[in-house]
Amino acid sequence: MPPLPDILFYVFAALTLLCGVLVVANPFSRSPVTSAMFLVLTIISMAGLFVLLHAFFLAAVQIIVYAGAVIVLFLFVIMLLDLKEEQRRKIKMFGFVGGLISVGAIVAISLKALKSANPGANLPAPQLEGGTNALGQLLFKQYVLPFEVVSVLLLVAMVGVILLSKKDLK
Amino acid sequence: MQVGLEHYLVVSFLLFALGLLGVVMRRNLLVIYMSLELMLNAANLALVSFSRFNNQLDGQVLVFFIITVAAAEVAVGLALIVALYRKRQSAHVEDLTSMKL
Repeated sequence: MPPLPDILFYVFAALTLLCGVLVVANPFSRSPVTSAMFLVLTIISMAGLFVLLHAFFLAAVQIIVYAGAVIVLFLFVIMLLDLKEEQRRKIKMFGFVGGLISVGAIVAISLKALKSANPGANLPAPQLEGGTNALGQLLFKQYVLPFEVVSVLLLVAMVGVILLSKKDLK
Repeated sequence: MQVGLEHYLVVSFLLFALGLLGVVMRRNLLVIYMSLELMLNAANLALVSFSRFNNQLDGQVLVFFIITVAAAEVAVGLALIVALYRKRQSAHVEDLTSMKL
């Protein structure tokens, strides 16, 4: 009987990949709303993986920012666009086969690279805890300049969005 | 077998490949955007697992910044899609051919 975190890892990894497949290629529905809903499930199970990696703060941020803000934004835009006739179009065979081949090649290359590099060998036992306290100390001491720059980036994004969504875009 | 760094990296690779497949295969701009989010999340998973197994917290700070930038990127991108839809009445990549020679 393997230990509980290992079982949970397999459960969450399978859930993440399964929901990821359903985001990209859902055999039952081509609607963007279904994709958005499965994206929520992917993100929540990925937050579970973050908890298993002891990154508790990031798991919370993942759920708040992605599942709470980004997906709601997606759903609002889907609602605004009223995409009824998009569902009928077929996927082109050429794009499907070409995409499958190239993506398979990329996966093969990265798995091969992982096997030959073997980055997990002779590492010490992990004891890192990504709690709010430790991350906050690092963020506000060593990384305080990037933190401020990111706030400027958010301001720029906000101004850009307001400008882009004006009625008469010049 | 003990779950180690490799297991998380394999999950991250597969998730990235799924996102890439979505970008190549799907023709709806919104779904392409969601696939981009999947790829960003795959990179985040790889960074967090490297951070955990190397006992260094810097990777998690980087993931924090990536999440922030991704949120900004989604806001701007969706505003662009809405502006495009207003002009063209379509969110389908095959209808957006104004840059074709």
